[in-house]
Amino acid sequence: MTFDEIAKTLQEKFEGLVPTTDRAGDPFLTVPAAKIVEILTFCRDDGLMAFDCLSNLTGVDAPPDDIETVYHLFSYPKRHSVTLKVRVPKASPQVPTVEGVYPTANWQEREAYDLIGTVFTGHSDLRRIMLPDDWVGHPLRKDYKEQEDYHGMATTRPSLLNS
Amino acid sequence: MLLNMGPQHPSTHGVIRFVVKTDGEVMSEAMPDVGYLHRSIEKIGEICDYNGFMPYTDRADYLSAMNANQGYAMVVEKLLGLEVPRRAEFLRVIAAEFNRIISHLLSVGALAMDVGAATPFIHALKEREKVNDLMEALCGQRLTYNYVRIGGVSYDMPPNCSERCLDFLDRFEPQWDEFERLVSANKIFIERLSKVGTISREDAIAYNLVGPNLRASGVDYDLRRDIPYSIYPELDFNVIVGRGEQGEVGDSFDRYIVRVREIRESIKILRQCFSRIPEGDILAKMPKVLKPPVGEAYVRTESSRGDMGYYLISDGSAKAFRLRIRTGSFTGMAIIQKISQGMMIADLVTLIASLDVVAPEIDR
Repeated sequence: MTFDEIAKTLQEKFEGLVPTTDRAGDPFLTVPAAKIVEILTFCRDDGLMAFDCLSNLTGVDAPPDDIETVYHLFSYPKRHSVTLKVRVPKASPQVPTVEGVYPTANWQEREAYDLIGTVFTGHSDLRRIMLPDDWVGHPLRKDYKEQEDYHGMATTRPSLLNS
Repeated sequence: MLLNMGPQHPSTHGVIRFVVKTDGEVMSEAMPDVGYLHRSIEKIGEICDYNGFMPYTDRADYLSAMNANQGYAMVVEKLLGLEVPRRAEFLRVIAAEFNRIISHLLSVGALAMDVGAATPFIHALKEREKVNDLMEALCGQRLTYNYVRIGGVSYDMPPNCSERCLDFLDRFEPQWDEFERLVSANKIFIERLSKVGTISREDAIAYNLVGPNLRASGVDYDLRRDIPYSIYPELDFNVIVGRGEQGEVGDSFDRYIVRVREIRESIKILRQCFSRIPEGDILAKMPKVLKPPVGEAYVRTESSRGDMGYYLISDGSAKAFRLRIRTGSFTGMAIIQKISQGMMIADLVTLIASLDVVAPEIDR
């Protein structure tokens, strides 16, 4: 199926879906956060779409106030793919976990939580995965400031060029 | 009993830690703890300009740097709408397939060593050194090549390169037969691998395994054939799928044998490339500063460890707005916790080695 057909099928079934097709590269479909589990379950189980694989899940900072979570779905039987996006405010970055639909989301959501700070509600094990548990901040946010020291170790050093 | 394994452990293939819950010799669970090699390559991607990021892709997966280079170049080219000269596409595929051969060589060699056979590892590394020499002749590097450029490749083939490469392939094929005679039919080796760490087809898809690990579980899928890119549609090769010939489909032996046979397919691809490579440019005409239009692209390539995806968002400036690298090792690692339940401790090493995870690729 093409993106337009997939978008049309989903729009007939769910409300509040916004396709974006006017940019370079791949089109994507923005969906409401509250419905993401329902939508992904439908995408997985529907015979025509059959998206049995969540190829990639990641977080993207959307300045000034939002955070996006991006889902790249792929179907092994149909060999087609689609990009879904969820947009939530930075003030309360909560997205329901899709771990129950795609088990692979467990680690990928942990990574998105670690690096961008999306809180996946209902996740079974939402801990940092790359950074130490007591790290402050989420590095992939555009307004991220690295802490000056970590357990007494400086995280920056003076430039050798200026001395 | 709660046991710690790693982060420095000879069989974890890098810096990975496992917390192993055991009852005697049987594990109830092995929980992977990753992140020791996290270098925030994705953040670096937002700071460098597009061309400047290329060497970092080498470091994302240092055993398969050509494939990582190629994926990154392809995602930027997709956004730019750039056509790559045909000769450059051939050179990319030649480099990538050689890289696949040496990556698989190291993988199967290390697997044999992890289950107690040191000789095959030495044999595999001996051949790998020869390919490293060829790579050095091609681009001056032996591990992190930084060979592919956005819009083409950095150097053309040196004189006599194709003769040297074909000469190597002629010598390598009988060597590889010998390796197979030594290892693949070895009773002890088979018993260490057969029915160990079996991953069902459903689990492999649900946990998003990719590449040889996915094919070993019986999924007939290869990006090079099914979502073809570059010149792969013109080439003739087979997709190797696990058949459970020494136990059941998706066990460690299947993952091993898929890699062994993929090396032969890569040899086939290389021979075709050398006979068909056209003359021409190796780099497209490029502006000094690359500014892809506003938009996003997700490009997947078949790396040695499977589907390597680059997700690039451009805001129209000279630097990426967001660059995500989706790697096979990361998802491969995530399945260990499930598969390890009820396994013997000694088999954990087999499972890790047969999944062919590379620590820097997990952590990026």
